[in-house]
Amino acid sequence: MDPITSFRGKAVALNQPNIDTDQITPANYTKVTDKTGLGKILFAHWRYKNPAFEPNPDFPLNRPGAEGATILVAGDNFGCGSSREHAPWALVGYGFRAVVSTSFADIFRSNALKNGLVPIAVDPATHREALEAAEQHLELEVDFPAQTITLPSGRSASFPVDSFAKRCLVQGVDELGYLLAHEPDIAAYESARKK
Amino acid sequence: MPAPRTLFEKIWNDHVVWVEPDGPAVLYIDLHLIHEMTSPQAFAGLRRRNRPVRRPDRTVATVDHVIPTRDPNRISDPAVQEVLAAIRRNCAEFGIRLHEVGSEHQGIVHVIGPELGLTQPGMTIVCGDSHTSTHGAFGALAFGVGTSEVEHVLATQCLLQRRPKTFEVRVEGRLRPGVTAKDLILTLIARIGIGGATGHVFEYRGSTLRALSMEERMTICNMSIEAGARAGLVAPDDTTFAWLEGRPFAPRTFEAFRDLTTDEGATFDRSVSIDAGALEPMVTWGTNPSMGIPISGAIPADASEPALRYMDFRAGEPVLGHPIDVVFIGSCTNSRISDLRAAASALKGRKVKARVLVVPGSQQVKRQAEREGLDHIFREAGCEWREPGCSMCIAMNGDELREGQYCVSTSNRNFEGRQGKGGRTILASPLTAAASAVEGRVADPRKYL
Repeated sequence: MDPITSFRGKAVALNQPNIDTDQITPANYTKVTDKTGLGKILFAHWRYKNPAFEPNPDFPLNRPGAEGATILVAGDNFGCGSSREHAPWALVGYGFRAVVSTSFADIFRSNALKNGLVPIAVDPATHREALEAAEQHLELEVDFPAQTITLPSGRSASFPVDSFAKRCLVQGVDELGYLLAHEPDIAAYESARKK
Repeated sequence: MPAPRTLFEKIWNDHVVWVEPDGPAVLYIDLHLIHEMTSPQAFAGLRRRNRPVRRPDRTVATVDHVIPTRDPNRISDPAVQEVLAAIRRNCAEFGIRLHEVGSEHQGIVHVIGPELGLTQPGMTIVCGDSHTSTHGAFGALAFGVGTSEVEHVLATQCLLQRRPKTFEVRVEGRLRPGVTAKDLILTLIARIGIGGATGHVFEYRGSTLRALSMEERMTICNMSIEAGARAGLVAPDDTTFAWLEGRPFAPRTFEAFRDLTTDEGATFDRSVSIDAGALEPMVTWGTNPSMGIPISGAIPADASEPALRYMDFRAGEPVLGHPIDVVFIGSCTNSRISDLRAAASALKGRKVKARVLVVPGSQQVKRQAEREGLDHIFREAGCEWREPGCSMCIAMNGDELREGQYCVSTSNRNFEGRQGKGGRTILASPLTAAASAVEGRVADPRKYL
């Protein structure tokens, strides 16, 4: 995965709380053995009128001006429900690089970071302003190393990132590589427990 | 004297292999459960790195999510064929035991782990499935992980984890007749909200929990994730040991588990109390599991508009008495033998007025139910008696609602489209589901006791 630095991108709003992973990636579309190519099924039940993928014109991602959005601004507790990593795979597959909300469900947050998708949890005032910008498809700027998001008004707000996940994403450290480097500790733990 | 510790702290500390200052713990995982939906990409990752599975002996696989429950061997969907072929190939190549369709112990992953005695007190258990919290009923720290983490555990038997906070759920008193473990957990979720326990691990405590059976405790721990918790725990006791005794992989002695309790004086980050004697059977009216009310109650005045629109319900109205199309009795929440017995008690000698699917959680549950003649009771009442699998809880196996249909379901999620696009789910206990099947509308189970 390429290291994440800063990026600027068009925002789109999905102003609902508790968007669960069954909405992000309906189960019936997750019968796959690959993690790529899932952008098409993102929000499939909301985004399409029928299984033939005919677009629902009322859905925010299908409205004029929404194309090419890379930052999703959604309501509180984004990503609750199932642990399926298909959710961040589909968001990334669609082209999203960050999701802005007031909070995220634990497993989704962890899954997102492992796929280079930045979960940006901000205070309610910043969130309101980000939603307004996203309704108009304005651009937001994310400085990942500095952990700040800048709104069209020029106002910046900070967001939390797990320090270890940040190190992985900024320096391109591989989490599994980190674990594998602890192989001697793991072996020692196993043999100590056997006694 | 060492400082008093919670049950969670004891299990956590016991499994930390290594931790750097300000870093996540390298946490050892005792048991890794696998199913077909969330594992193919993890094995693909192992192949790319040319890594073996570190502990195939601590890894157990089954097939449940995509299995058709009418005839598991008749699969026409090429996508289903592909994911099943993948898990078969992966388990064969990496030396993992797979409980295959038609085998003695196939079933829903969170039903077979306990019934085989694989789930044991004090363990750490993970699975690429959020309802892994079920296994916490045995005093195991069990939680769902994503597919990247499935790969991490396959490769190293460890996970990188930040230590979660602790959340005490104290339940005292006796549940009234007709009020079940499902009603208790739906009450908790309604009270604290769908994200109410994010970042926390529940420990369910108190006299009510002590009096519950293992299967009831599993129902409660199963839905911990529906309040956002990573896991739910119940300290093991004689009920736990008696349930596990004699199961194929169960320990031979249980003495070592007796100190797996929260010490007197240990503190939790948060705490909530529930008076079990005040509870009623619960039903949900909305599109997430926190949108629940006592069955005699009304949909709240401040109910979410999008949820009401999706369900075609109105604020202030009751859910009780609303006509339904389908009843689903099954899922990792409520597909064990005691759930089927409860449903059968209300269905015996009656006829159903809805389409009713009864789906046992495992081959073992199915055989036991058939030995007791429960399948006859279900069939005579007009229910469909199916083969084990996730079935209509997840609608990726052919069992699903049609657009607009109402379903009283013993599963765990009433999210939009969870049981099929446009389907409307009302979560309830097996007893309430069976009573509703008899009346063809949402019914109070207390009439059928």
